[in-house]
Amino acid sequence: MNLKHIVVTMILLISFNALSAEVNVYSGRKEKLVKPLLDRFTAETGIKTNLVTAKADKLLTRLKNEGRNTPADVFITVDAGRLYRAKQAGIFASVNSDTLNAAVPSHLRDPEGQWVGLSQRARVIFYAKDRVKPEQLSTYEDLVSDAWKRKICIRGSSNIYNQSLVASLIASNGKQAAQQWSNKLVKNMARPPRGGDRDQIKAAAAGQCDIAIANTYYYGAMLTSKKDSSQVKAAQAMGLFWPNQQGRGSHVNISGAGVTKHAKNPENALKLLEFLVSPESQKWYAEVNFEYPVSENAEISELVKSWGSFKSDKLSLDVLGRNNAEAVRTMDRAGWK
Amino acid sequence: MQISISKLWQPGIVLVALLLSIPVLTIAGFVFEPSGENWEHLKQTVLPEYLTNSVLLVLGVTAGTLSIGVSTAWLTAMCQFPGKKSFVWLLLLPLSMPAYIIAYTYTGLFDFAGPVQTQLREWTGWGYGDYYFPEVRSLGSAISMLSLVLYPYVYLLARAAFLEQSICVLEVSRTLGCNAWSSFYRVALPLARPAIVAGLSLALMETLADYGTVSYFGIGVFTTGIFRTWFGLGDSVAAAKMAALLLMFVFTLVVIERVSRRQARYNHTTNKYTQLPEYRLTGLKAILAFMVCLFPVALGFLLPAGQLSSWAILTYQDMVDEAFLRLTFNTVLLGLLAAFLSVMLALFLAYGKRMLATRSVNVSIRVAATGYAIPGTVVAVGIIIPFAWLDNSIDDFMRTQFDISTGLILSGSLFAVMFAYMVRFLAVSLQTVESGLGKIKPCMDDAARTLGYRPRETLFKIHMPLMKGSILTALLIVFVDVMKELPATLILRPFNFNTLAVRAFELASDERLADSSTAALMIVVAGLLPVIFLSKSISQSRAGSNDK
Amino acid sequence: MTNRLEVKQIDICYGNKQIVNNLSFSLTDGKIGCLLGPSGCGKTTVLRTIAGFEPPTRGQVLISNEVVSDQKISLPPEKRHIGMVFQDFALFPHLSVQDNIRFGLQGWSKKDQHDRIIELLAMIGMPTLARAYPHQLSGGQQQRVALARAMAPEPSILLLDEPFSSMDVELREKLAREVRHILKQENITAILVTHDQHEAFAMADEICVMNEGQIYQNDSAYNLYHKPVNRFVADFIGEGVIVPGMVVGGNTVNTELGNIHGLVPQGCKPGCQVDVLIRPDDIIHDDDSTETAVVVERAFRGSDFLYTLRMPSGIEVLSLVPSHHDHRINETIGIQLEFDHLVVFPRASAGENTAAQ
Repeated sequence: MNLKHIVVTMILLISFNALSAEVNVYSGRKEKLVKPLLDRFTAETGIKTNLVTAKADKLLTRLKNEGRNTPADVFITVDAGRLYRAKQAGIFASVNSDTLNAAVPSHLRDPEGQWVGLSQRARVIFYAKDRVKPEQLSTYEDLVSDAWKRKICIRGSSNIYNQSLVASLIASNGKQAAQQWSNKLVKNMARPPRGGDRDQIKAAAAGQCDIAIANTYYYGAMLTSKKDSSQVKAAQAMGLFWPNQQGRGSHVNISGAGVTKHAKNPENALKLLEFLVSPESQKWYAEVNFEYPVSENAEISELVKSWGSFKSDKLSLDVLGRNNAEAVRTMDRAGWK
Repeated sequence: MQISISKLWQPGIVLVALLLSIPVLTIAGFVFEPSGENWEHLKQTVLPEYLTNSVLLVLGVTAGTLSIGVSTAWLTAMCQFPGKKSFVWLLLLPLSMPAYIIAYTYTGLFDFAGPVQTQLREWTGWGYGDYYFPEVRSLGSAISMLSLVLYPYVYLLARAAFLEQSICVLEVSRTLGCNAWSSFYRVALPLARPAIVAGLSLALMETLADYGTVSYFGIGVFTTGIFRTWFGLGDSVAAAKMAALLLMFVFTLVVIERVSRRQARYNHTTNKYTQLPEYRLTGLKAILAFMVCLFPVALGFLLPAGQLSSWAILTYQDMVDEAFLRLTFNTVLLGLLAAFLSVMLALFLAYGKRMLATRSVNVSIRVAATGYAIPGTVVAVGIIIPFAWLDNSIDDFMRTQFDISTGLILSGSLFAVMFAYMVRFLAVSLQTVESGLGKIKPCMDDAARTLGYRPRETLFKIHMPLMKGSILTALLIVFVDVMKELPATLILRPFNFNTLAVRAFELASDERLADSSTAALMIVVAGLLPVIFLSKSISQSRAGSNDK
Repeated sequence: MTNRLEVKQIDICYGNKQIVNNLSFSLTDGKIGCLLGPSGCGKTTVLRTIAGFEPPTRGQVLISNEVVSDQKISLPPEKRHIGMVFQDFALFPHLSVQDNIRFGLQGWSKKDQHDRIIELLAMIGMPTLARAYPHQLSGGQQQRVALARAMAPEPSILLLDEPFSSMDVELREKLAREVRHILKQENITAILVTHDQHEAFAMADEICVMNEGQIYQNDSAYNLYHKPVNRFVADFIGEGVIVPGMVVGGNTVNTELGNIHGLVPQGCKPGCQVDVLIRPDDIIHDDDSTETAVVVERAFRGSDFLYTLRMPSGIEVLSLVPSHHDHRINETIGIQLEFDHLVVFPRASAGENTAAQ
């Protein structure tokens, strides 16, 4: 046996594991919010799933550098900005699936079929019921009026959902207007931004501010917390307001996924995406994490239903990604920590 | 034979150091790429703030870790008071507490909406703005949190130094008219300074690398800035420039440490060790000493661990399953393996340095050890880029030569994770091993050789027994550090590979503090056992104690 | 008598720096040799070369007539069957006294080990301290343990590297005599490295005075003092002053102290400028003498006074006087010159030329 044979044999052994039926997932979604669905997928199809979770940006860096040899077949993120970036980096392959097209409305899909939305996450206004009447509220733009001076709680500018919100304002109102909005919002903050979305709701409930900006599913999780009654109490003291209903609609981001260009198991990957937009999976998002399904005919949980129906901003989600860097700079200039 | 070893050793060290420097060099390489508008933008808007905050953070943690670490080290080394024996190891416990976990628990407790302030408002009827309460999410608390979990580095090394001081020197100072306290300030403290500075530099490097705490508290420092720039602005060049700034910061610290050490090359002038007489404290002084030691243990460990436990009691049933046990096992195994490898590397480098103290050896070791101050994520990215490049190059080669794809060999493997740990924690093991090696005078080697022992036998007969304490300490610290390590593991790990820290962080960052508590508590517990075990063996390996 | 140790024309370099230059000496069985010199003269390097820690760049080292070092081979220290006592003893802090002594006795049977330890402990006068740890011992005790440990494997030669330098000054000579006694009792060949002449005198049979990597004089203590071969040796060993003079005849030198008779160096013709070494014992106190000098300084040494005297010509000399002659400073006393050995060096820089009596 010469050297060549040995090398070849070794390599065959190394690459052998690629032969079994499986799909490899890089997920920006946390394990708790994706693993159960993957397990169900495996149970239904017999296709083994392998998972790595981390922040989407870092997985994206990993994907870019792994290049052609990446083991990842599917890349999941929790916001549109990262999907846009992945697309820009040439990570995704275009897929054309009738199932996907039928299940997901076109504004929640990439026009070229590179990615597809899996769930919707609305960023809305929460108000302290004892101090604020919903009639006083109207739009995101109105939050910067003097009436709310030192009354608003919102988290830091490093947070992707705030970045997306500002990106949407840049898209809707222009750079300058978004800059002014950010400048004034900073003046209206009750405290320097800190903590997560739940902390904003808690702080408002406790009286530190009157208004909190947060994603709806955190509110849902707080309301249903079995372990921590103080969270339930805090959430109950707060009301949910859908902003910009007369205009473009409330700001919505998505979690989404795409099949990678260098996928070793593209068929299985596509199967997984189709599974994730199936009514059953969509319902799971709504029930477990109080998100809004992308699929219009999917059921939503009773609690989520109780928040009422709303009009969402139909802005092309690509734009959020495109404006992200400008949004960060805008917030930096405004002194939004 | 010795000659042939040293011939291989020198390039070996430089090679190892170079390998370990790859991540840092990769990141530093970005600095030379042209910077876009973002860098100007950053300079004008946030950079000054990052700089100020980082400096304040470093100064604050310096003050915090020194005051806690040195005072408790002195009390437990030189004084006798009720509870002292227990405090010797109790004071190490906060080491097992990850900074981000303690930040979560304190926020949960003391936030405006947390139970403490809520209770306060219920009792008093005050509302928002009616009373003053320190803001939990502030620079001040970040300093407190980091000081509370990092002071054990100073405590550990300072205490060892105090214990090793010859009592004669202290007695001399008493005869020269110093009272107990001024002999502490004027003699014991300066003598222990190299050790204290070594401990402090570990604490400060961790401070600079910390991301979890500062980002949770919303404080703009270098690490948070790097992430924002890299991932928010999507500008890796500007981010790398910021990382390079951070590196400069670290190098400055390292240089300061070196310089201070050079001036303070104190050698003990006598070999006469006696059992240290302890100042017996009574009455008020004893109570004071007790409180001084209790304070960091209570705030750095008991309180957060208690909070975690109370959460864990609520949630553990949902959290503990077979997968949880498996990931606990994973984490411990990973920690042990990493600790072992890291100490081996440190021994290799430290011995090499001892035998060949050339400039190239010294410099390459210093560079290799800077990884400790670099945020795990930056290290991870610095690993992904070259590893993936290498993998792809091999793959290309194999495809053209043999028409076979090798895929990724190094990236996304446990090897990459382990490599990241080596890069991150070499400084810790190296520091400890070097200080242990410093105690073995070269003439002891010579003595053993004239008595008929070959170099390798000398290693086992003389060095191993004398180094035992230092090696165990190094193992302990690296093990605990790996247990806590998060960002590099998160990014580099292979499929389906979880650790306790990953589990705890995912839940906590999803604002599910209570759910994360079981995993967090597990990290603490796993870190506790070696802390207790080793604190015993360290206390036994001191020169001058009679209880052999 | 056979040579136990032979050092033949060795050079030792660190990098480009030559530390030892063409150095040779030998030591016969049972003798105690000494390398004496100021710090930095290369004496420890020579010792370490004999031990095998440093290879010589040229020359040979033979122990018991076996070549252990030359350009080609360098037998490692552990194969040379030597014993070595280090400056700060290098006792192993994790081993007890008996285990330190036992350390070199690998390959011995348990019983032999035990007997040897007992024997050595008795020899060093510490039979009860077998189980003590080094940090529990006094400096002198540590020193003796270090000696016992080095002697335990019955080495063919014992190397002592400044063994008393960390001891109290008063103790040094006493310990040196003690160690000499032990070595002689056991008939051990040993070589001592020191910068302290009293140690060397107290312990060694033969002394090599070293400077700048060379041996200047290999001689007995008596000859080193009274017949130094050059000005360096004269300066380094003992006390004395150098007085300028001029050769006036065959064997007469004219100095400010008058004409002194003795052997002058070869090639020194009349009229040649020379230096004359005046030892304190060359100046005798004599109350009846017509020659006088003024006491400038005095140092009490127990049995003697060492007076510094100013001669009428203004030069100062030393004089050793029995201590019952108690003179105060500024007192004028009678003296007499009594030269047993005239030591004359040509007027030149120190250490370059050889001298004759």
